[in-house]
This record gives sequence, structure tokens and C-alpha cells, in this order.
Amino acid sequence: MIQVQNLSHRYGDRVALHGVTFEVGKGEIFGLLGPNGGGKSTLFRILSTMMVPTEGTATIAGIDVARDPASVRRQVGVVFQTQSLDKALTVEENLRAQGHLHGLSGATLRERMDFAMQRLGIADRRRDLVETLSGGLRRRVEIAKALLHRPQVLLMDEASTGLDPAARREVSRHVEDLRREEGVTILLTTHILEEADRCDRLILLHQGNVVADGTPRELRARIGGDVVVLEAAAPEPLAAKIRDRFHASVTAIENHVRVEIPNGHRFITEVVEAFPGEIDSVGLHKPTLEDVFVNLTGASFDE
Amino acid sequence: MSSFFLSAATLWQRELVRFWRQKSRILGVVASPLVFWLVIGYGSNDLARFYSGALVLTVMFSAIFSNISIIEDRREGFLLSMLVSPAPRTSLVLGKILGSATLAWIQGLIFLAFAPLAGVSISLFELLPVVAAIFLVSFTLTGMGFVLAWKMESTAGFHAIMNLLLVPMWMVSGALFPMATAHGWIRAIMWVNPLTYSIALLDHTLRLRNAAPGGVESLVVTAAVGVALLLVSGVMAARKSTRSAA
Repeated sequence: MIQVQNLSHRYGDRVALHGVTFEVGKGEIFGLLGPNGGGKSTLFRILSTMMVPTEGTATIAGIDVARDPASVRRQVGVVFQTQSLDKALTVEENLRAQGHLHGLSGATLRERMDFAMQRLGIADRRRDLVETLSGGLRRRVEIAKALLHRPQVLLMDEASTGLDPAARREVSRHVEDLRREEGVTILLTTHILEEADRCDRLILLHQGNVVADGTPRELRARIGGDVVVLEAAAPEPLAAKIRDRFHASVTAIENHVRVEIPNGHRFITEVVEAFPGEIDSVGLHKPTLEDVFVNLTGASFDE
Repeated sequence: MSSFFLSAATLWQRELVRFWRQKSRILGVVASPLVFWLVIGYGSNDLARFYSGALVLTVMFSAIFSNISIIEDRREGFLLSMLVSPAPRTSLVLGKILGSATLAWIQGLIFLAFAPLAGVSISLFELLPVVAAIFLVSFTLTGMGFVLAWKMESTAGFHAIMNLLLVPMWMVSGALFPMATAHGWIRAIMWVNPLTYSIALLDHTLRLRNAAPGGVESLVVTAAVGVALLLVSGVMAARKSTRSAA
């Protein structure tokens, strides 16, 4: 449904995307995960036809986004990170205006509006001004608005940023339903790990490069074993010593040392005894997508 | 074709609904030119002399304020989803400019209610050309605001343009002093300044004196500039770019 091939983009001298290639199948929920500045927004802008890439191609439903943006726009619903609703208008007025921009009117438009509002559970707020709605509700109006023209693909940019966890789960649930019941293909950008974990497949973006792709499970399995995080006053020398002694994959980031190792519980007792006084605190967890990112890039995820 | 007009009409309507819900904007736009006009008009004991200039200032302020919203709207607002809709960009430009022009026109008409103070006494029949002229001037000035705002990254930049370009343009448009007695190079600027023709057009339709360019000339220039700006706006907005539209 979405094909991206060798896509590169520069803003002047700065390279924002570097030969990115991936494919998204019909009905998939696909994630672009990465820290801010990783290239997600650039990719999103290209796919949503807001700008043309400097190199490479991207097609949605077989249509080139740079060559025929008007046709792509008919197939794609876009949910922006920033608000795209008119706060001075009601929910219904916003949806109606959007429908008109897609050439919908009369009974068809009314039917689509009813459907979209029902789908996102906002029908009872239809006459409310958008400025009176909570962040979570506004998001749902945004999604309803993006669905009016029955797009095959929904592009969502950081759709849950700024929402509290409950509202975030609610939005996720609606997205999941859309995929299951309407067969909509969904591509979302996120820097929230929990959200990325709910995708069918994802790519990890770092400094404009795809550093990994696969299902969340596959990506986590790359690490295997456990992840032990040690807090230390002098992380660099400690990391070097651990690397020598335990032959494990060790990364020092800020005031932490991150160790990927099988049988983490045994390692903990050994490392604490081996370097008394050098370790301030110890934590153990199963690998997360953040660990995968750190393992592949050596960079911290929250930069 | 019908979807072209549907998109344009929905944007036009949106401008009006927003305006109606923020009625205090009217006061802000009409009040300062009104105060300015009354002070300088009574001060020089010639309200008629400064009336058309003050009316154009009202329209200009309104046109500027409407277009400032383009800058914000595109980063965070309704314009964002318009940019990724299949509606032709040219229809969006037409709807936005006509909508903003209508608001500027309404505020110009409010200012027109003070015309009797300037000694304007015209028949109902003669009022029609005045109303039409105010719309034309509104349309042209909105087009100018759009062209300036479209490329702007921030509203701060737009304020700078307003202070360094639009207000000085207004000052050398015949609003404050007539072309006939102006110094050589100022007169040259006045001669190429579209606002000179906007003010002259109003002076002519209101049957006020002091209009340097002739009536037909004013009408042709104002209309031509307005259409040219509309075309430029359309071309600018429709252009594909490797820089993001928002």
C-alpha cells in the first residue's frame, strides 16, 4: 500500500533522510519510531504531499506522491501533530468544511460525518465549539476529519503526543478498530515506545537512516537475554572494565552503563561484588525498543 | 469545476463565521483609523480631505489582520489540512482572499457610515459605485496581504513588513498630502503606489476633491493590481517545493 524507495531529503546542506526504503502492506499498522530529529517528520511531510523529496520515490496505493499529489490526497487521511481544527468552529462545522474540500456535499457528506463521528465516539459533542473540548477529544475529531473521504491510508504524525496515558490508550483503541473493521492501512510516527510496541511492524530511524525494521517482537529479540542498567558516577571507566571482564555488549550513556547479557540476575551479583563502591543503583529488565535503539546507535533515545 | 467553487465557498464562509464569533475585531480595526481621522480632520479643520485615506487605512488593517492568520493557520490550524486536501490550491487562495476581502469590505462599510461627517452627501443611487469601490479596494489590499504573508515564517516578520512597507506606503498615497504639491521623488513613489489609486477611486466615487489620478485610471489600476495579485497568490500557493508547505 505504501512503498518508499531510496528516499533522501536535504534542507540546504543538512541531510534529513538518507536513502530510506520500506514497504507497508494493506491493513497494517506501521510505525516510524525514533527520537526527535531522526527524520520522522521529514518522511511524514513527504508522504502527506506537503513537500517533494530531493531524491528517491514514495508511492501510496501505487501513486507517486511527488508526481501526482492531488490523487494521493484522495487516498490518504492525514492527522497532524499540531492542531488542524478551527477552534472557533464547532465539531460539525469543522467536519463539514473538510468534507467540502474533498468535494463531498449534501446527503453523502451528512452520512460520512455521522459515520466518522460515531466511529470516534464524538457524536454527542457535534455542536460544541472545538475550543471547549479536551485534548483527547480534539484528537478524535482530527481523526474523524481525516476519515471523511474514506481514505485507504491514514497517516498520523505523533498522534498521541501531549495526551495523558488514558486518552492515548483511547486513541490507540480507535486506531486499532479502524484497521480491523475498515481495513485502513495506518502509518504513524511516534517517539513513544509504548505506542510503537502496538504497531504490527516498524522501522527505527536515527539521523535520517533506517537502523532496524521488523515486528516489535523481532526487534526486541535482537538483544535476547536481559538488560541491566547500572547508575554510576564514572560510567565510562566502569563500562570499559565490565566489557573486559564479562565480554558483554556494554554502552555508557550519561550517568548510566547499559549491559545486555543473558542471565542478568547472576551478572548483577557478580558485577556488584567486582566493583564495590562504583555502582550507585542497579536495574534489570527485559529488552524494550529503547534498548534496541541504544544497542544499534549507541545514542540515547531521549535526546 | 463545482468542487473548485465548493472549496472556495466553504473557506469564504469560514472567514465570515469566525468573524461573526469574534465581533470585537471590528472595533479594533475601525477604531484607530476613526480616531486618527477625527483628530487630524478636526485639527486641520478639513475632515473631507482625510476621509478616503482613513477609509483605506481601515480596509488595509483588516486585510493585514486576516492575512496574519495565514501564517499561524498554516503551522497550527485549519490551513494545514487544506494543504493536504485534493481541493486545488487556487480554489483555497480564491476562498481565503474573497473571505478576507469581504471582512475588510464590511469594516469599510462601517467606516462609510461616518461619511456624512466628511460632508459627503450622495444619493442612494450614487452609493452603489462607492460600495463597489470599497469592495475592489478590499480585494486588492487583501491580495497584497496574502502575497506578503504566504512566504512568511513568523508573524513577527509580518509585523515588520507592516511597519516598514505597508504603513509608509499608505503615508505616500495621497492620504496625508496631495500628489500635486509633493517633492519630485516622493511624487514618483506616489505615482507607482497602488494605494494612491485606491484613495483616488474612493475620492471620485464619494465626490470628494483632491484626487490626483483620474477616475477611470484609478479604477483600471486598482482592478489590474488586484487581479495580478490574485494570480501571483495562486501561482505561489500551487507551486511544489522541496521545502515544506507548513
